[in-house]
Amino acid sequence: MSKRLIDLQHISKCFGTQVVLDDLNLYIRENEFLTLLGPSGCGKTTTLRIIGGFETPDAGKVVFDGRDMTSLPPNERQVNTVFQKYALFPHMSIAENIAFGLKIRKKSKSYINDKIKYALKLVNLDGFEKRSVDSLSGGQQQRIAIARAIVNEPKVLLLDEPLGALDLKLRQDMQYELIRLKEELGITFIYVTHDQEEALTMSDTIVVMNQGYIQQIGTPQDIYNEPTNAFVADFIGESNIIDGMMIEDRLVEVLGVKFPCVDEGFGKNRPVDVVIRPEDVELVDPMQGMMEGDVTSLIFKGVHWEMDVMANGYEWMVQATQMHPVGAHVGIRVDPYNIQIMNKPESSDERAVESDA
Amino acid sequence: MHNLKRQILAGPYLLWIAGFVLLPVGLILYYALTTTSGQFTVFNITSITASVHWKALVLSLELALLCTVFCLALSYPLAMVLNGMKGKKSSLVVFIFILPMWMNFMLRILAWKMLLSNHGVINTILDMLGLPGLDILNTPSAVVFCMVYDFLPFMVLPIYNAMSRIEKDVIEAARDLGAGGFTVFFKVILPLTMPGVVSGIIMVFVPALTSFAISDLLGGGKVLLIGNVIEQAFMQEYNWNLGSGLSLVLMVFVIASMALMNSHGEEGGTGIC
Amino acid sequence: MLKRSAERIYMFLIFLFLYLPIIVLVILSFNDSKSKVQWGGFTLRWYQRLFSSSSMMEAFGTTILVSLVSALVATLLGTLAALGIDAMKKRGQAIMLGVTDIPLLNADIVTGISMMLLFVRFTRLGLSTVLIAHITFNIPYVILNVLPKLKQSNRTTYEAALDLGATPLYAFYKIIWPQIRPGVFSGFLMAMTMSLDDFSVTYFTKGAGINTLSTMIYTEMRKGIRPEMYALSTILFLIALVLLLFMNFGPSARQKEE
Repeated sequence: MSKRLIDLQHISKCFGTQVVLDDLNLYIRENEFLTLLGPSGCGKTTTLRIIGGFETPDAGKVVFDGRDMTSLPPNERQVNTVFQKYALFPHMSIAENIAFGLKIRKKSKSYINDKIKYALKLVNLDGFEKRSVDSLSGGQQQRIAIARAIVNEPKVLLLDEPLGALDLKLRQDMQYELIRLKEELGITFIYVTHDQEEALTMSDTIVVMNQGYIQQIGTPQDIYNEPTNAFVADFIGESNIIDGMMIEDRLVEVLGVKFPCVDEGFGKNRPVDVVIRPEDVELVDPMQGMMEGDVTSLIFKGVHWEMDVMANGYEWMVQATQMHPVGAHVGIRVDPYNIQIMNKPESSDERAVESDA
Repeated sequence: MHNLKRQILAGPYLLWIAGFVLLPVGLILYYALTTTSGQFTVFNITSITASVHWKALVLSLELALLCTVFCLALSYPLAMVLNGMKGKKSSLVVFIFILPMWMNFMLRILAWKMLLSNHGVINTILDMLGLPGLDILNTPSAVVFCMVYDFLPFMVLPIYNAMSRIEKDVIEAARDLGAGGFTVFFKVILPLTMPGVVSGIIMVFVPALTSFAISDLLGGGKVLLIGNVIEQAFMQEYNWNLGSGLSLVLMVFVIASMALMNSHGEEGGTGIC
Repeated sequence: MLKRSAERIYMFLIFLFLYLPIIVLVILSFNDSKSKVQWGGFTLRWYQRLFSSSSMMEAFGTTILVSLVSALVATLLGTLAALGIDAMKKRGQAIMLGVTDIPLLNADIVTGISMMLLFVRFTRLGLSTVLIAHITFNIPYVILNVLPKLKQSNRTTYEAALDLGATPLYAFYKIIWPQIRPGVFSGFLMAMTMSLDDFSVTYFTKGAGINTLSTMIYTEMRKGIRPEMYALSTILFLIALVLLLFMNFGPSARQKEE
């Protein structure tokens, strides 16, 4: 396991009366691709800006490589940022943009030229030195923004929703490009996005945030398969989130039916949230299911069929490769290990506090 | 078809321009190149080298340049301060700074004439403080002073506009790449506001170069600018040919200074539109 | 903090530079003494004298008349011109905008003189020549305010209106007009203020016996400063204040922000 490179300790930040971050603790390992994921206003961008030095936390410390750099200005930090809207200098050529940081560090001319060549090659834009910023497409500008940041050989690259302004196809291409870059450079990436698919595709570690609190930290697999609360489950992909009652260890009652599950330690007769992914709901013969229901809608999605099934007063979302026509009477079955049990938050605010990691 | 119909709407304007813009300029050209009896001559134009005229032109250039430099030196920091303010407050402050510009031009001259006069407010205050009086009325200094007052907003506004259009991201990017305060200013902010500076310089230099009312009223007849020479040629000597010839020379200077500034502006980068 | 207070002080000095003359003028306009520095008690004498001076009132009337009429005519011609220019191809537009720039970039004195030459040759100087001159330098301001609005306006909505059976005139009134109205309005106000402020062009194109406030003050000031002019300054400053408030925070400004 590699060492901790950045340590955020008890970070709090308010804008006016609005609390954006509240006692946030997070560490980032060397060479990690870490994604801050959450809806807008969850504090992910503020966290990134605190690491970049554009905001100073009201309380808490930012430790970088063992050194406190909480109040260090951005120009003295060993991190570089790729901005959401690229922020290229409109009055400079591509080469001048890339050379900006190197000139400040008083690098030699030949070094700078080599670096420009290398960086442009790395982002697949060889020969673009003389071009003006205006003449580039959004995707190309984004690549230049990345090139401009990485020539300075930062230890950490901060990326603030860098693909947000691109169209879908380009976004997918750039995701692979970023993974490749990360591997070639061998540095730490901290990536901010609200797009769960982006986060799942690229990250080593995902930090799900909401309302200024960390909801869950884990690998993409952890986050997807074992969401710790209903917010994470709902935010990462689609889910059936149903009110349930934990009868005892390994047995939960959902919509009046008892389901065996694998969770323990919730106590007896406790109200809980039950999360079941749509692809984990099996449709079987009515007699073989745990409950019976009727298909109310059917949509072909290419890879699978998406169906809504009305059963025991709840409309289940189901994804399956086998189709059942609207009106069909079916049985519903869920494997015990596909059922996620979560403590019920008493209010939405509490939901955030309770799950604070 | 419809397109053509709509283009015709510009017709009246085109006629108006032809009659009241192009034709008059043509007339200046005609008078400038003829004698009173209608004979061709270049004397009206070459008479700019006559010592009185030449002196007036040089003085005009000097004062206009001084005025422009002062305006620029005052405006740039002001624009930065204004730009640094946030939200609703800033639009009110900008409003406060452009308001005096909309008061009648003549009255602004009147105000300074009164303030600067021997027994005016400024000298009385200086006197009370035991400081020597400011006896600048009827000198070129008073003229420059009033020009700066009159034309300052023309410099502030374009610079402020250019500055407010710089994205915060771009400045943060420069900081992120290691630039300190000075580098950010000289490498990013200054070049990006160059178009504003250029149009500010043009908007101040041209009226300062060609004004005649300020020098007339605050110069006490002792400060003769090229504008005064032209005005006198027309309104007192009724020598339209000479007046037109000198006007033509003035036009050339105006166009040349604009061309000079604009070529610099493009170098500085007009990337932001 | 140090920087902050330096900024404050700097702004205050500039503010003083801009407003000291105006404030002194306003105070003196109520001063019951001819002295420029001594307070002789409050009076409205100068205002009364101002309003009873027929030449001042005439100049005031002429100024209002010229600025209103010239702004109106310029708005009409300018808006039509903008509509026409907008329909042109790139080259036509470039030529038209180039010509529009001439009165904007030309020195006032040259504009005034060139028109005087024209008027003296073909007609007599008088109120109408002042009006024509003002309209001429006002039109570009209208065009430059309306044209951007036209460019922003959504062309397909106009075509959609035609498609739904509207006549071009009806479609213009219902679709295009609401989109360019703020531009037309601010163009009109700008033209009016330019006209109110003008001295040079009026000076050369006015006939004998006709005066706007600017030329009136000019002639008066060459003779000396009379306290009535302080009163006039105060009134004109208030007018400028109201006009500018209206332009910046009035209905057209709000629409601009949308």
